Amino acid sequence: MAELELGPVWLTLELAAVTVAALLIIATPLAWWLAFTRSRVRTVVEAVVAMPLVLPPTVLGFYLLILLGPAGAMGRAWLTLTDDTLTFSFAGLVVASVIYSFPFAVQPLQAAFEGVGRGPLEAAATLGAGRFEQFWRIASPLAMRGYVSAIVLAFAHTLGEFGVVLMVGGNIPGSTKVISIAIYEHVETIEYAQAHVLAAGLLVFSFVVLLSVYTLNRRLPLVRI
Amino acid sequence: MSTLSLHVTLAHPSFALEVHQDLPLAGITALFGPSGSGKTTLLRVIAGLERNARGTIMFDGETWQSERVQVPTQRRGIGYVFQDGRLFPHLTVEQNLRFALGRQRRTSRPAVDFAAAVAALDLGALLARRTPSLSGGEQQRVAIARALLAGPRLMLMDEPLSSLDLNRKKEILPLIEKLPEAFGVPVLYVTHNVDEVVRLANDVLLLSAGRVGAYGKVGDVLERLDLSPLTGGVETGVLLRTEVATYDGGVATLRVGAQQLRVAMGAMPVGTARRIRIHARDVAIATSRPQHLSIRNVLVARILRIEPGTGMNVELLLDVEGEHLRSRITREACDELALATGQQVFALVKSVALEEK
Repeated sequence: MAELELGPVWLTLELAAVTVAALLIIATPLAWWLAFTRSRVRTVVEAVVAMPLVLPPTVLGFYLLILLGPAGAMGRAWLTLTDDTLTFSFAGLVVASVIYSFPFAVQPLQAAFEGVGRGPLEAAATLGAGRFEQFWRIASPLAMRGYVSAIVLAFAHTLGEFGVVLMVGGNIPGSTKVISIAIYEHVETIEYAQAHVLAAGLLVFSFVVLLSVYTLNRRLPLVRI
Repeated sequence: MSTLSLHVTLAHPSFALEVHQDLPLAGITALFGPSGSGKTTLLRVIAGLERNARGTIMFDGETWQSERVQVPTQRRGIGYVFQDGRLFPHLTVEQNLRFALGRQRRTSRPAVDFAAAVAALDLGALLARRTPSLSGGEQQRVAIARALLAGPRLMLMDEPLSSLDLNRKKEILPLIEKLPEAFGVPVLYVTHNVDEVVRLANDVLLLSAGRVGAYGKVGDVLERLDLSPLTGGVETGVLLRTEVATYDGGVATLRVGAQQLRVAMGAMPVGTARRIRIHARDVAIATSRPQHLSIRNVLVARILRIEPGTGMNVELLLDVEGEHLRSRITREACDELALATGQQVFALVKSVALEEK
């Protein structure tokens, strides 16, 4: 039995949690805008949001490497602010993961807000509720399934990313060495036993998460308007 | 009395709304017209729910909309009852009501009391229920109470009864009827149902293809022959003001001045004022008091005018105890009976035509 190597596991969970938190903050207003805008720019934005679904992770990772590197716009600003580089660091991984998992958070939320529709929000407005209250008291609870889907999909997708991490983060223990990288390394060095432990762990974990989401989704009251 | 001043236009792909009208609001004002005439759209414009509306809206000297200003819906101080209720499905009945109560406008008007609204719409037994499990009639009662609890200065109602069956309508109509008096709020009521106009409204704004066809007292507007094409085929007829003299076993005797009509209707306390609508086509004329006849309702009348009607018909405008009555008969019959202005005749009203709808 190979010695269990927990460092990459905790790092991966931390990365996924931070990524999901950041995604909720960024994706919610964008999904709201996409669901309710009448602007023609909407379709363009939708296409851009969906890009990470079809682009090879290496393409995404390549551009991110340039953007986040010390010579890139974002990387230089980060370097000035924190005296640290964005590439090959945990912060850089978060940025990359947010972009990589973006559609997995935006799309379920957008669909949920569209499902809520204008009806309940108009009703809330006639009762004196301002915009924030319409969102917080009415739309958010009604879009709960969308939030659950967004959180789980973005979390699970972040767990499984490989290509982008390899390009942007490299393989630094405790900083950027996540599970998928660790598995790759074990396989490269023919440590199949350790690869097995991590791979099976990820497999079981993913299944359990998805199973509980689908169960929960069945139990959540289906809200009809 | 509040005044709503409308000068608004709204271009839709399918039709254009253009309304210029001052509405002195007291009691219930009906927005009446056939489907697609723009009634609901106008109501939404008044509520601030149509962003593309242009023009000015003033309510009691306060600007709700102008070229520079568009006061958002939540700051207009209105109540709105949607056709489909639009209760919040994730909240219970009580939570729906409290949502409105928590945002009630603090104004000089007396506050609308939670218990009073619950009692007025008979919601006591429903408070803990989740809203998707309510019947259509229950949902609309909750929706009306919820709108009241927002403390509106103007209540907008968009065909609140249209999705309900006849019995539910009969339950809710009296509740709507007493809203202006019980809660001191004027009501703008959208409907395409002429019976609801007759039953509820004091004034009526007739909309036709997005424009104002007529505005005035309900009796005056519904009596006008020239408006028939605008109302989408609603029969001309009159509103007769009556009072319940006796009520017995499903039949009421209604007093029209010194004369009487017998009408089958739901229970009514003696002394209740009741308007009934009589179509011109349901009134026949005799020159002497008829005998051996199945028709029970015969009113003594005087001919005020003889007007050309459609096709081979003429329409008579009659005076009954100071009230108007209309009768449609053929030109042939009119000539044969040698009817003339000022003549006294007997108006025969079919009882089935008077039955409550």
